[in-house]
Amino acid sequence: MPDLDQFRRETRAWLEANCPPEMRKPVMRDEDVFWGGRNTTFVSEAQKVWFERMRDKGWTVPDWPKQYGGGGLDGAEAKVLREEMAAIGARPPLSSFGIWMLGPALLKYGTDAQKAEHLPKITAGLIRWCQGYSEPNAGSDLASLQTRAESDGDDFIINGQKIWTSYANYADWIFCLVRTDPTAKKHDGISFILFDMTSKGVSTKPILLISGKSPFCETFFDNVRVPKSHVVGTVNRGWDVAKYLLQHERAMISGLGDRSVGRPLGQIAADSVGSDAQGRLDDAMLRGQIAAFEVDEAALACAAERAIDLAKAGQGHPAFSSAMKYYGTELNKRRYEILMSAGGADALEWESERSKQGARPRAWLRTKANSIEGGTSEVMLGIVAKRILDLPGA
Amino acid sequence: MPLVLTEEQSMLRDSARGLISDKAPVAHLRQLRDSRDADGFSRALWKTFAEMGFAGLLVPEKFGGSGLGNVEAGVLMEEIGRTLMPSPFFATAVLGTSALLRGGNATQQSAYLPKIADGSLLAALAVDEHAKHRPLQVSLQAVRSGNGFRLIGTKTFVVDGHIADLLIVAARSAGSAGERNGLTLFLVDPKSKGIAIERTAMVDSHNAARITFDNVEVTADSVLGEIDQGADLLEGVLNIGRGAVASEMIGLSEEVFGRTVTYLKERKQFGKLIGEFQALQHRAAQLYIDIEITRAAVLKALQALDQDAGKAGAAVAVAKARAGTTATLAVQEGVQMHGGMGMTDQFDIGFFMKRARVCQELFGDSNYHADQLARGRGY
Repeated sequence: MPDLDQFRRETRAWLEANCPPEMRKPVMRDEDVFWGGRNTTFVSEAQKVWFERMRDKGWTVPDWPKQYGGGGLDGAEAKVLREEMAAIGARPPLSSFGIWMLGPALLKYGTDAQKAEHLPKITAGLIRWCQGYSEPNAGSDLASLQTRAESDGDDFIINGQKIWTSYANYADWIFCLVRTDPTAKKHDGISFILFDMTSKGVSTKPILLISGKSPFCETFFDNVRVPKSHVVGTVNRGWDVAKYLLQHERAMISGLGDRSVGRPLGQIAADSVGSDAQGRLDDAMLRGQIAAFEVDEAALACAAERAIDLAKAGQGHPAFSSAMKYYGTELNKRRYEILMSAGGADALEWESERSKQGARPRAWLRTKANSIEGGTSEVMLGIVAKRILDLPGA
Repeated sequence: MPLVLTEEQSMLRDSARGLISDKAPVAHLRQLRDSRDADGFSRALWKTFAEMGFAGLLVPEKFGGSGLGNVEAGVLMEEIGRTLMPSPFFATAVLGTSALLRGGNATQQSAYLPKIADGSLLAALAVDEHAKHRPLQVSLQAVRSGNGFRLIGTKTFVVDGHIADLLIVAARSAGSAGERNGLTLFLVDPKSKGIAIERTAMVDSHNAARITFDNVEVTADSVLGEIDQGADLLEGVLNIGRGAVASEMIGLSEEVFGRTVTYLKERKQFGKLIGEFQALQHRAAQLYIDIEITRAAVLKALQALDQDAGKAGAAVAVAKARAGTTATLAVQEGVQMHGGMGMTDQFDIGFFMKRARVCQELFGDSNYHADQLARGRGY
């Protein structure tokens, strides 16, 4: 494919000329991730320049249509761009639930007006979104959610509580599941609705986690008035939108463990564990664990690539993202157990400058949520068993 | 390159599956075992393989072959794995052809490749000498003698060793066991004086042999590749073989898994289909995911071998390591979920367990390949 080869050459040259050296280093701190939004600031000139150049190119979301600020790339071109960015270790210019979750759902279920309103603000990093799914009594059994939306003329009045809302305290808008028909069966009375977090009656409260950080919030709705035109898809058919979005969320989470760029885990471990005269990690059991881990990590990267290629070829299974979510999150937990073991006592420090305020143990503890958020591992296995393997029962 | 089969490759799979499931279901292996068949495979079926272009799958068209690559060879191996068909395909069409293509001079290629393609010549690669696969540990001696060499030593676990018309033997012409330098490959006529071949009946009822070389005279013309510099050639051929075995293990795993899921949907206990029990559902789902991930890693390795076999080492190590653990899990779960039936000889599942154990060991087990990956990454 000569056209693709040419695209690769041009992309490589453009990245080489436009990606600042600081943006080719692995992300070490939370602040290094740029999320966009109304109240955002850049932590460095390099971060700003890199974001703006990629945005102007349409490459904050390379495979979305150009009319919405995307790059209009086809699947093969987007893959080339990913590969070339990975080759130089380029950071994503923009991280966003709008890109990973809401956008795909809007592209499939949104009206032209909704797409024109929201997608360009996502690609340009102007609006930061959060996800209002889980509730105190609706976790794995998400469809039992109770947040009510009652009709009042052209509006809905929303009352209720969400929980585990990632970064709700920083978000500008929310995509939210609400119950619009309390008399229907639990999957049939749900609607998917969008509203501004500055609306009267919305409040958030961060939740302190075992990592000592608060990436999640409780989110409260007290008579929040939202126009009915903000419903995505059909009223009471929001579960279809919710499920479709979850597939994208799970694909996103499964990629958390992808460290194809950067030093091999065994070399990181050698920093603290040491090596013997032959250059082998000086802890034979740990070395074996790491080698087995790296085999699985490399294989998962192949599977992620293949999942995209299968979807492109029309051979993918819609529930496969659950399989990837399960494996990716369990693998990421394994990675951090290994990192903690390799770090020994040094990895236990929680507050020192030396330990970057306990970056490693806090990250380790954070990974424990990976197999819970976005659907637990057990829920993922249940989905695979029923939807892919067609096993009988409930 | 997309990590999916092309339309042509899918068609090849369909035609191979049609032939193999029809002519060589697991009952074929069972029949060869029970009759203690002297060849351990069906010559008639190998003739059909040749007619369909499978024997010469990797042989270039100018030598009468199909001129296809490792992905296509993997497609065939996967189908062979589904029914555990004993076939010279691995030793002859994959290993023999690859060794001649990568190391052979024009004379050697034109002498052997057309015969491989037309099905009239069977080959075997003799590498291992000890219980575990350690290719650099080769110590079978090649002692210079006149214009040629004398071979002295013993090879073990030689796939198809007792039916081969041509042996490809890894020998040490210089240096000592463990060294890269000093390995030489030889093309040897198994009827040469001083060769003793013992067919070793293995747990999986597939062909293997121990071969003793007692001062076997070979000429300088029989050297394949460069004298003393055979390590890279050997490693390249072994990597191609590892990719093929990994493919066989994918086919085997998927077949066992398919049979097991079918059983979960049929077998009733406590008044329910056992597939309704969450304990089994989750294990079945985990195995499915494991197989899918391994399948991707194996296809990646085969594509890497076709692109540049010299740079495919890491991808092959990942594929063979994964295929080993996946197949082991698949056959264990297969027997366990079939309960007592899975333990009977009458039931086919046990054949898969036996073959998986052999494939795991062949050309390096999962531990070996994880270790290779770690070495390659400098720890």
